[in-house]
Amino acid sequence: MKVNTMAEFMAKGEKPEVLFWVGCAGSFDQRAQKITKAFATILDKAGVNYAILGKEETCTGDPARRAGNEFMFQMMAYQNIQVLNGYEIKKIVTTCPHCFNTLKNEYPALGGNYDVIHHTSFLQELIEQGKIKFTDSNEWKGKTITYHDSCYLGRANDIYEAPRKVLESLDMELREMKRCKSKGLCCGAGGAQMFKEEEKGDRRINMERADEAIETKSDFVASACPFCNTMLTDGIKNRDQEVSVEVLDIAEIIAKAIQ
Amino acid sequence: MSIFASLSFIIVTVLAFFLFVKKIGLIRKNILLGKDIDLSDQPSKRWKNVFLLALGQKKMFRNPVVALLHLIVYIGFIIINIELIEIIVDGITGGHRAFEPYLGTFYDYLINSFEILALLVLLACVVFLTRRNIIKLKRFISNDLNGWPRTDANFILIIEIVLMGLFLMMNAADPTSDFLISSHIKPLLNGFSESQLSTIEHTAWWLHILGIYAFMNYLPYSKHLHIILAFPNAYFASLAPKGSMHNMPSIQNEVLYAMQPELAPTNMVAPEKFGARDVMDLSWKNLMDAYSCTECGRCSAACPANSTGKLLSPRKIMMATRDRLEIVGKNIDTHKKFVDDGKSLLHDYISVEELRACTTCNACVEECPVSISPLDIIIELRRSLVMEESNAPAEWNGMFSNIENNFAPWKFAPDDRDAWANQSI
Repeated sequence: MKVNTMAEFMAKGEKPEVLFWVGCAGSFDQRAQKITKAFATILDKAGVNYAILGKEETCTGDPARRAGNEFMFQMMAYQNIQVLNGYEIKKIVTTCPHCFNTLKNEYPALGGNYDVIHHTSFLQELIEQGKIKFTDSNEWKGKTITYHDSCYLGRANDIYEAPRKVLESLDMELREMKRCKSKGLCCGAGGAQMFKEEEKGDRRINMERADEAIETKSDFVASACPFCNTMLTDGIKNRDQEVSVEVLDIAEIIAKAIQ
Repeated sequence: MSIFASLSFIIVTVLAFFLFVKKIGLIRKNILLGKDIDLSDQPSKRWKNVFLLALGQKKMFRNPVVALLHLIVYIGFIIINIELIEIIVDGITGGHRAFEPYLGTFYDYLINSFEILALLVLLACVVFLTRRNIIKLKRFISNDLNGWPRTDANFILIIEIVLMGLFLMMNAADPTSDFLISSHIKPLLNGFSESQLSTIEHTAWWLHILGIYAFMNYLPYSKHLHIILAFPNAYFASLAPKGSMHNMPSIQNEVLYAMQPELAPTNMVAPEKFGARDVMDLSWKNLMDAYSCTECGRCSAACPANSTGKLLSPRKIMMATRDRLEIVGKNIDTHKKFVDDGKSLLHDYISVEELRACTTCNACVEECPVSISPLDIIIELRRSLVMEESNAPAEWNGMFSNIENNFAPWKFAPDDRDAWANQSI
């Protein structure tokens, strides 16, 4: 697919309406790349004029900051804000709740002020505006699905409804897990846990959450975060349930239904 | 009552309030050992939090049945304390039911409603004791409550039951009274003579007021201090989205001056230490959090690390902070300034393993009924670990160096960042 970078827009003397912040997982992780491509496809089909930073994008610094390494975070933030302000970016959409949280809540104190929106909210807007049209043969209709709240979308930023509304727009049957919304259980990846072994305990957090998802007896588990996606997929595989329960990002679900 | 009784009452009352105010002053001094932080912005939002979270107990209603029982005890506590005004007036003047002549039938309504509340409080406390000791709810039997904290909780409930019992007994033994609940206790007292009844009434009266004074002075040493601190703690609660972490301007500037040396001031001072190693390095709000904690354990029950058997317990983080702060406060009291005792909050009270288990998911912050953020303390201690001690697991050090060299937490070639765009869908 052809994806334009900010540098290319700049060379043509044009500005996109929104910057798609891909994030490290979305850029490099094989599973998350599929989510990135699904979302880019949706943006294309919905006629959104967007750009990516491409090779100029770097880690927001989120995992470093949460691990306690403020120096590393400030270095990354400084560089990113230089690039973003250099391109006079106004609006950013991202598929990663961690990038979303950092760009939206932590960069303003450092001089980076943007209208930052998570892709689930963006998808909800596009659906409401009629820019996303679904195919007549809606393969999702009536399928059962449970949505796993990402901590950095939910509790951290009070986004509980947008992802659910998007799923409901496909006439899917939403089944809530025992712990959901503000009581949602973490997948185990946040706070830089993704990048280290879990501390010793009775069981793994992602197993606990995967079991809750499996308990809903849904056909699918919807995630809205590349890290949650990995953790839940691993957990469900561990229970040998990967054939009956598939973990998909909200963007992947929409991409399959879009005209 | 005799002059002697009035005098003893006045002395006891003055002493009780004096000791209470003195101890509160000490706690205030301890809290102010924390670093300054400005939390005076947006007063209207802050007052709203006081009304919703503290007065309205909004978070408690995440579990409506328990919330209702807690509300009964809370309302009972406040309303029955109105009766305390009369008790104090009676105690000083040596009178008996000083307000009765002025309030007429309304007085009966008032005392009747106090009695109903007293009975409800008594029953709620019995339910609470049952939950803790017979049903044994997980969050009440976990290891972090071993020893004094568990006794403290039971002790408070028993005191409340005794106080309510004394209040009802005092009314029942009053031969001139006929109130809704205590009238049912009267038959138990049938065999007693008038003078015996008077003795029972006076004894119950004295035990009740002495019990209240003792309880008041017990508060500052107990988890029950939340009945006072829940209010300021709600007012000063963070208004930022839960996901945002406190910025560290000292490091922000250091990075800025490294990148743009022309901006660096000539008289630059080296930044103070990074993060928190001990309680004095935390903010006063963190320290007020520690004193506000009622050790209910909703945080630890919701914590993904704790509920999967990891060592981390957000409740224990708060209890450890308070314990350390008390020791530091005593140290300063003895030596007039803090003398190094070879201990610190980090390592001696909170271990590295606990800190490493946190996923920063904010479940503990979300659950806390009294607006405490254990996460804030965890992060400050992590900052000290990583930036002061270079103490990070090898995987994290790898992640840091990947971010530094490859601009991503994994070791991929930065040039491949947009390679996905060239792959098939």
